[in-house]
Amino acid sequence: MKKIDRRNFLKGGLAGGAAVAATGTAATAKGAGTFGGYPDSMGVLVDLTKCVGCRTCEAACNKEQGLPAPEKPFNDTSVFDEIHEGGQKRRTTEKAYTVVNRYDVEGREGGPVFRKFQCNHCQEPACLTSCFVNAYKKTPEGAVIYNPKVCVGCRTCMIACPFYVPAYSYSSAINPVVKKCIMCYDTRLKFGRPPACVEACPQEVMVFGKRTDLIKLGHQRIKENPGKYVDHIYGETEVGGTSWMYLSDVPFDKVGFDTSLGNQPIISYVKEFLTVVPMVLTIWPALFTGFHLLSNRKEALKKEKETKGQEV
Amino acid sequence: MNRLVGRGFQPITSHVKPDGTRWSVKEKLLLGLTPQEYMAVQMRNPFNWLLWIIYLVGLPVLVGRFIYGLGWATHGSYDYPWGLFLAWGLFTMVPLSASGFMMGTTVELFGRKDFKPIERLGLLNGLLGYLFAVVFLQVDLGQPWRLIYPMFVSLGPAAVLFLVAWHVATYLSCQVAELVPAYAEWMGLPKAKKAIKSIVLGLTVAGIILSTLHQGALGALFTYAPGKVHPLWYSSPFQWFHFLNSAIFAGLSMLIVVSTLSKWFLRWRCDETFKKSLDNLTVGIAKGAALALITYLVIKIIGIAHDNDWEYLFSGWGQWFMFEMTLGVIVPLALYTMAVRNNSATLARVSAFIAVFGLALNRINTALIAFNWKLYQEIPHWREVVIVITVYATYIVVYRAVLARLPILYTWKEKA
Repeated sequence: MKKIDRRNFLKGGLAGGAAVAATGTAATAKGAGTFGGYPDSMGVLVDLTKCVGCRTCEAACNKEQGLPAPEKPFNDTSVFDEIHEGGQKRRTTEKAYTVVNRYDVEGREGGPVFRKFQCNHCQEPACLTSCFVNAYKKTPEGAVIYNPKVCVGCRTCMIACPFYVPAYSYSSAINPVVKKCIMCYDTRLKFGRPPACVEACPQEVMVFGKRTDLIKLGHQRIKENPGKYVDHIYGETEVGGTSWMYLSDVPFDKVGFDTSLGNQPIISYVKEFLTVVPMVLTIWPALFTGFHLLSNRKEALKKEKETKGQEV
Repeated sequence: MNRLVGRGFQPITSHVKPDGTRWSVKEKLLLGLTPQEYMAVQMRNPFNWLLWIIYLVGLPVLVGRFIYGLGWATHGSYDYPWGLFLAWGLFTMVPLSASGFMMGTTVELFGRKDFKPIERLGLLNGLLGYLFAVVFLQVDLGQPWRLIYPMFVSLGPAAVLFLVAWHVATYLSCQVAELVPAYAEWMGLPKAKKAIKSIVLGLTVAGIILSTLHQGALGALFTYAPGKVHPLWYSSPFQWFHFLNSAIFAGLSMLIVVSTLSKWFLRWRCDETFKKSLDNLTVGIAKGAALALITYLVIKIIGIAHDNDWEYLFSGWGQWFMFEMTLGVIVPLALYTMAVRNNSATLARVSAFIAVFGLALNRINTALIAFNWKLYQEIPHWREVVIVITVYATYIVVYRAVLARLPILYTWKEKA
């Protein structure tokens, strides 16, 4: 056997470290580290106080994404009175990637609040982390996009999305896929242009820009208009932060926002299990083979005695 | 068949006919009857008539699901992307099939050879349960022909479902291998049996690892929906362990259930060893199930304490939860304990039926009833229910067909 001196020991240690660095980190980076978003990612700040519920954004989205014509035209405001399953207002569907809803808030001057919503493009998207074929991608520009060519249709992303955003084209038997807002990535965002809905808005409800700048802008607006806004930007910290963020003059839970989601990205709840996986994989084989040896010890001893007896 | 045997018919137990010639495969498939006799036996069985009715209604609906899409067969809900196909077919079938790795571990790893007569039934229950869980999954997937994508085309290794997919696939092959001996005996392939015997310990340990992880992973899938599952059915640190732990008593209870059904309806196929040892083995399994149940009860209470969910216990949801825990856990725990104390296989059997029901209730609660508890309750579409019944009926048909043929409930005799 080769003698291990200090020099060889260090060499071996370095080689081992390099091997771990080369293989280990690459395999576990997703499960273990926190990501926190791309530094230059873009986003949109939505000021609910400015929205008048004209639904121009819905129409622009429909046109840009080539979606089928809706049952009711986009200037029909009766959609605000629609009540769906469980008394819910309208939600995103395979035919509408963004919807505006009306909320009658008691005691608010200036009438009801209108709230546009769509995919919030999370910093650490639950849909992305739950997908077992890696169909989702968070682009450096901030969009969460989806590759329909590899989607198997398990719909775990729809289970995982805390905002109930992804829809599924259940009507198709041959090629059903997930349908959701992609922040106009293919046609606009990629080229540095704002999404169609932002550009179409006649009220300048939405501001498109770098996410970090939008957070500053949001806080500035809150500060410059004392008493007007709720002192919170929804989406700055929710589920790890989102690219789309909202300002409101009424409490967020009064206008359809879930304020119980917490600030952890969804994947952090799953990590407790993910850490168990390598432990079971490495400990169980030795543990249970050990159990087997222990439980068969008596028999093995007996056999040994028998064979010895024969020899003597 | 029970009646035929009563009249002196001898079911096949070896390669050699009573007159000294060898059975052909076709004769073995027909259970040693002539085609006319076989048909007559099938027609006499009232259960087969029930199956005909199920298929008459169910097959067109099942075919329709693939022609007209999921939107036709289900409500196509965006809020409830997972319906009865997965709640029953995946989340309930898989834990009820944990008997495979439990019996493998008992007999092969811990060397409890006294459980040998029921080992193969445990393995088969595991294999078929998993196989049909995959069938249910295929019915539910939007694009079932892409099932192998997570394996070879586009990999998302950090996702829990990735682990489930790989483990169920590997474990299925593992279980097929574990049952090769039964098939080898029946077909007369001694080499295959020997090959498996040499790797049986490896297969068993692999089975434990894979089962620990994917039973747990099915629970962990719900940790992606922390706000959607009611807190009493959700616990992000313990969910995987709750699912794994309940799979243990569920798998054992299901084994008692199928052995009881076999004893009643396939009595002709059970040999004396099986029939004589079954009562003792049932009580033995009951002991294991009782231990798993008390562990589960404690860890469920710890889960509530850890997440501080006490206040929910006094809501309507809490009452429903207490009902599930009482009927599905405490009652079977008490009955199993009494069964072990009084050495009563009958009591253990009653308990097993209740425990299986309790497990199904827990999984359906987690996946459907307590899911989206802040929104509204989804009631599955009638076509969805019909498809579930049809696929489950097929599971029973295949199960029965294998039990009637392969040496599962009886020992194969190399010599007549």
